[in-house]
Amino acid sequence: MTKTPAKKPFPWHLLFFLGPGLLIYFSISVYPLLDTLRLGFFTESSDGSLAFAGFTNYSKLLFDAIWSEPFWNATWNNLKFFVIHMLVQNPIGLLLAVLLSSPKLRLSGTYRTLIFMPTMLSVVIIGFVWQLLLSPLWGITENFMWDIGLGDYFDAWLGKESSALITLAFISVWQFVGIPMMLIYAALLSIPDELVDASVVDGANAWQSFFHIKLPLILPTIGMVSILTFVANFNAFELIYTVKGALAGPNYSTDIMGTLFYRTFFGFQLQEGSLTMGAAVATLMFLVILLGVALYLFFFQRRVQRFQL
Amino acid sequence: MKIKHDTSKKLMIHAVLLTYTLIALFPIWVVIINAFKTRRAIFNDPMALPTSETFSIVGFQEVLLRSQFDVFFSNSMVVTLVSIFFVLLFGAMIAWALTEYKFKGNLVIALLVAMGIMIPIRLGTVSILQLMNDLNLVNTLTSLVLVYIAQGLPLAVYILSEFIRQIPKDLKEAARCDGVSEIKIFFAIILPLIKPAMATVAVFTMIPIWNDLWFPLILAPNEGNQTITLGVQQFIGQFVTDWNSVLAALTLAILPILALYLIFSRQLIRGLTSGAVK
Repeated sequence: MTKTPAKKPFPWHLLFFLGPGLLIYFSISVYPLLDTLRLGFFTESSDGSLAFAGFTNYSKLLFDAIWSEPFWNATWNNLKFFVIHMLVQNPIGLLLAVLLSSPKLRLSGTYRTLIFMPTMLSVVIIGFVWQLLLSPLWGITENFMWDIGLGDYFDAWLGKESSALITLAFISVWQFVGIPMMLIYAALLSIPDELVDASVVDGANAWQSFFHIKLPLILPTIGMVSILTFVANFNAFELIYTVKGALAGPNYSTDIMGTLFYRTFFGFQLQEGSLTMGAAVATLMFLVILLGVALYLFFFQRRVQRFQL
Repeated sequence: MKIKHDTSKKLMIHAVLLTYTLIALFPIWVVIINAFKTRRAIFNDPMALPTSETFSIVGFQEVLLRSQFDVFFSNSMVVTLVSIFFVLLFGAMIAWALTEYKFKGNLVIALLVAMGIMIPIRLGTVSILQLMNDLNLVNTLTSLVLVYIAQGLPLAVYILSEFIRQIPKDLKEAARCDGVSEIKIFFAIILPLIKPAMATVAVFTMIPIWNDLWFPLILAPNEGNQTITLGVQQFIGQFVTDWNSVLAALTLAILPILALYLIFSRQLIRGLTSGAVK
């Protein structure tokens, strides 16, 4: 390490290296976030002037039925969306990663590349693709289900209040399963062969050496996959907007925090947009994400050091 | 070793992986093959490949005629490339300054930048829109570039810092003894050494920018300034009943990414599976 600043009167080189990047980062990322937290405490009158209002926006959002019903609905839906990802996406990702990492597996690279492909495409494209595939008009899914003898169970899932959200969650799972797969696969590869061999020599079977050797070692990665899923899910918007529009129909059954934020801020059809209520919704989303990150850091503390650059 | 057991186990593994690969590819495959078929063939036999009788590119003609796909595409290219360039340059500069020099506020800046990895920039949208309004940048590609630079910097700084830390001290110290300036050390010695890491960062930065709908929808939704993702979304919303056009629009959006992915997948997967983002 050098002790550069001591010699020179002003560290021009620091300004040169940090200046441009930090100017953009602070003015377009840090400042807007702080300003959003501030705006949540104001109300906007019809002429556009702002007045301090304390916790009015938050008490509306949390307790006033007109606001709180959509808010709790979106929060609850978002939670379901997240739970489905945790229960389906990450276990499938884990399974695929374990299979891919089996020793001397042929075509491993090809499987990996192809399974990861949907992850690369825009959520907008994936949303439309599945909308077409599930459409009763085209009948691809319906015909397929008749072929495997489950035809009676086919329904217009995306159009029904009871199934639309779950269907959308599965579409998202299908698209993003590649991420847990890749990250867990990488973690599995980094486990030294000697450890696994030693457990085999000691008489452990494949299951035992997985649960007692490999799983504890990839636990930090599984934690990281969980928090990435959490942040992505509570920040999701595109899929719902593409398939169901800003109104997140039918009857708001697919409304999540991202779509609620969009409608509250910009307004949609009959609802008028509000800058300050939008900021309040964003603040609550921020708190939810912060809570998730805090829990993650608490349970996976050994990773904390790596985040301090 | 149990040879027989191993063979059947291998078969099982291949069966599962192959099944999942088909699940992952099937939807994309169906859309692409049907984009090249007549409307009747799309509905009569969706699973069939286009034949000389059912082949049709009417959908593509419609798309190119009724939307400005070429404009959307070049908008996305400009936004993505310019953003990546600055994310890499500024990211490397910040990473170098934070790892190399000890100064007041170093840790605070490092923590604030690291927070950006976890806290989505979208949460500040309300103020970002106001800011862009004040700067007269609404409906320009510049606003998107600025947002994407801010969005991409944290991860770039994080990954590049890990690499810069591994550069041997001797290299820098030798240059310093020769009186080379700090700025020249960075550009002439450090930057060339972290090129592989920059490639990884470029791929990770590129995907979310190219695929983003949120900021184009909010900051640059007007005719002529749409990115490809927003353009496709608006086009399909308008022509939702015209199956040929919808399938063709999706195919036009998918194919370039598919081609790029197959070319760069090795790079991307190496980045994902190396220590960089663990």
